[in-house]
Amino acid sequence: MMKQETVEVNAGYLIILTLIAISIGGLVEIVPLFYVEGTIEEVKTADGKDAVRPYTPLEQLGRDLYTKEGCYTCHSQMIRPFRDEALRFGHYSLAAESQYDHPFQWGSMRRGPDLARVGGKYSSAWQAKHLNDPRDVVPESIMPGYPWLRSNDLDYSDIVAKMTTLRKVGVPYSDDDAGYQANVEKFGEKVAKTLDINKAEDNIMLQAKKGNYDGDPSRLTEMDALIAYLQVLGTMVDFNQYDEKYFIDFR
Amino acid sequence: MAHSTVGSLEQYNYDIVKKFTIMAIFWGIAGMTTGVYIASELAWPFLNFDTAQITFGRLRPLHTSGVIFGFGGNALFATSYYVVQRTSQARLWGGSLWPNITFYGWNIAIALAGMGYLMGITQGREYAEPEWYIDILIAIVWLIYFVIYTMTLLRRNQPHIYVANWFFMSFILATALLHIFNNLAVPLSFTDTKSYSLFSGAQDAMTQWWYGHNAVGFFLTAAFLGMMYYFVPKQAGRPVYSYRLSVVHFWALSFMYMWVGTHHLHWTAIPDWTSSLAAVFSILLLMPSWGGMINGIMTLSGAWDKLRTDPIMMFMITSLSFYGMSTFEGPMMALKSVNALSHYTDWTVGHVHSGALGWVAMISIASFYHMIPRLWNTTMHSVKLIYTHFFLATIGILLYITALWVSGIGQGLMLRAFDDYGNLKYSFIETVVFMHGPLVARAVGGLFFVTGMLIMAYNVYKTISNAKNNPRIPTNSATAA
Repeated sequence: MMKQETVEVNAGYLIILTLIAISIGGLVEIVPLFYVEGTIEEVKTADGKDAVRPYTPLEQLGRDLYTKEGCYTCHSQMIRPFRDEALRFGHYSLAAESQYDHPFQWGSMRRGPDLARVGGKYSSAWQAKHLNDPRDVVPESIMPGYPWLRSNDLDYSDIVAKMTTLRKVGVPYSDDDAGYQANVEKFGEKVAKTLDINKAEDNIMLQAKKGNYDGDPSRLTEMDALIAYLQVLGTMVDFNQYDEKYFIDFR
Repeated sequence: MAHSTVGSLEQYNYDIVKKFTIMAIFWGIAGMTTGVYIASELAWPFLNFDTAQITFGRLRPLHTSGVIFGFGGNALFATSYYVVQRTSQARLWGGSLWPNITFYGWNIAIALAGMGYLMGITQGREYAEPEWYIDILIAIVWLIYFVIYTMTLLRRNQPHIYVANWFFMSFILATALLHIFNNLAVPLSFTDTKSYSLFSGAQDAMTQWWYGHNAVGFFLTAAFLGMMYYFVPKQAGRPVYSYRLSVVHFWALSFMYMWVGTHHLHWTAIPDWTSSLAAVFSILLLMPSWGGMINGIMTLSGAWDKLRTDPIMMFMITSLSFYGMSTFEGPMMALKSVNALSHYTDWTVGHVHSGALGWVAMISIASFYHMIPRLWNTTMHSVKLIYTHFFLATIGILLYITALWVSGIGQGLMLRAFDDYGNLKYSFIETVVFMHGPLVARAVGGLFFVTGMLIMAYNVYKTISNAKNNPRIPTNSATAA
């Protein structure tokens, strides 16, 4: 048994033993999550495809704006399995739903409501008005206004670099035919098309035009991207398809 | 423990300690003022002025980085460089060059990060917002810091490494580990500020809160315990209460802290066992924490009268009391049932500040008041102003945490309230309206604390300019009181 005396007179021992003491906790708790099956729930649609898909290029640009503006400092994206949260925000969040989130934005604070299932809850017109000046639609709100989102054109010049980088960290965007076919297999053809890096710019235009998120079809603004992202949050999994017990087994 | 010796001004590298001390006070005021401003934005949202750079979301990391890494970091560099030299009776390793690199590197990193936040450059990870290029700069500075610290320890003229240095060493090692793993990211290119984290979703959340809580555990606790183990005995003129307790305190704390981060993720989409394990270790952690608090407070035994006459001692004992209180509150909030209510509310923010203002800032302030007269070989300009600072700070903290107990617990209860028909009793916005009063009180509490810091800055400024105008022969009896 080594005595404290020994450690105390030898800086080398002190450093090594301290390193051991501080390493164990993280190793035991974090490393298994990368290997234990079921950390990420398996969520398939009726036709056997993955329900949760990577973001479209427009949604991803919106997500980058979400992190840029620090929305996570006031809004969580993680609904807990409580009755009041189910009534207020919807079904509790699954790990699968944020599996393509680099970085995760679960948040730690609710100065404003949870946003994990805000998608489809309000119209895009409401979102645009609210983001421009929250007190226009919610007089008691303490949220800042974001009028510049409407006036700033969306910068999508680096979308290829962004999708390529995300591919490096594990998001299955495709840049060749093999990747595309794999995505067709995994997500279905409709989704696979949106994940094609080579078609990123076309897809941005297409989605923005179809969605008309900011109410101004003549321009592509940051508002378009952010609302496109907000509108997809929590909408990928159709919970009516699953028996409630199914998800409990994963925890 | 080493005794201060005549001629100590030449024996030790005090120049670097002075620089870090002054920057700590600067960042303290800057970071806390930002804090008061963003607290006011929550109470009066028009203060966002529809201006991107000063919205809450961008300013909030400026506040947290400013106080944690600016104020806390500079204070830790200052005191650790001071303590390692004094207790080793050896001059700091690296001449003036290497310590200066840590000084400029660290402060430039914080300034760059802060300017980036205003422009929206952030990783979007709490307390790890700086982007990849700043993270690399920090990692290099930290490596140099580790080398300087270790080499100075190896130069020591004492067989034993003093307990304060164990804690500082543990903090240096743990911070390196946490910083590197939590900031693993791939940049778009080497000329682009944007990066994406290597991990995603649940694994990313685990890594982040392993980092997040241990930034509290090692950066904001272990290191400040190092401060306590040197400055409290020094100021009391008594030896540390129990050597045995400090040994247990050190190893138990170092081992257990790393397990508890997951209590930030109770009830979220991570496996239940990690969350339960974290809760268990959080409860266990109460013991070493209180062991340390008792060790610090009992060091005063035989010198309790100093609490009547010495404002620095008042800072120290109050800070240890807040340490005890927040390390009791923390494990309680780490219980799943309590956390169900407290999580996502201002209760957490209040808890953080009872630790950050009550414990971390107060022990730093006390250490500065002890150290500054010795660094400049003089006495503090005004003891009365130290008293004033003490009362402003204490009133400010009490106001702050009480307000956020009301706000946090109140909101938590409102959100889970049902009416007779089983419907939600309150809409979300009704809880926001309820919080207005407490949020105003919190901003006022913060204002008290910043005012105290400004008084300190004035007092320190006068002290230093007096010392420069009236140089004294070196003595070892220079005390603040």
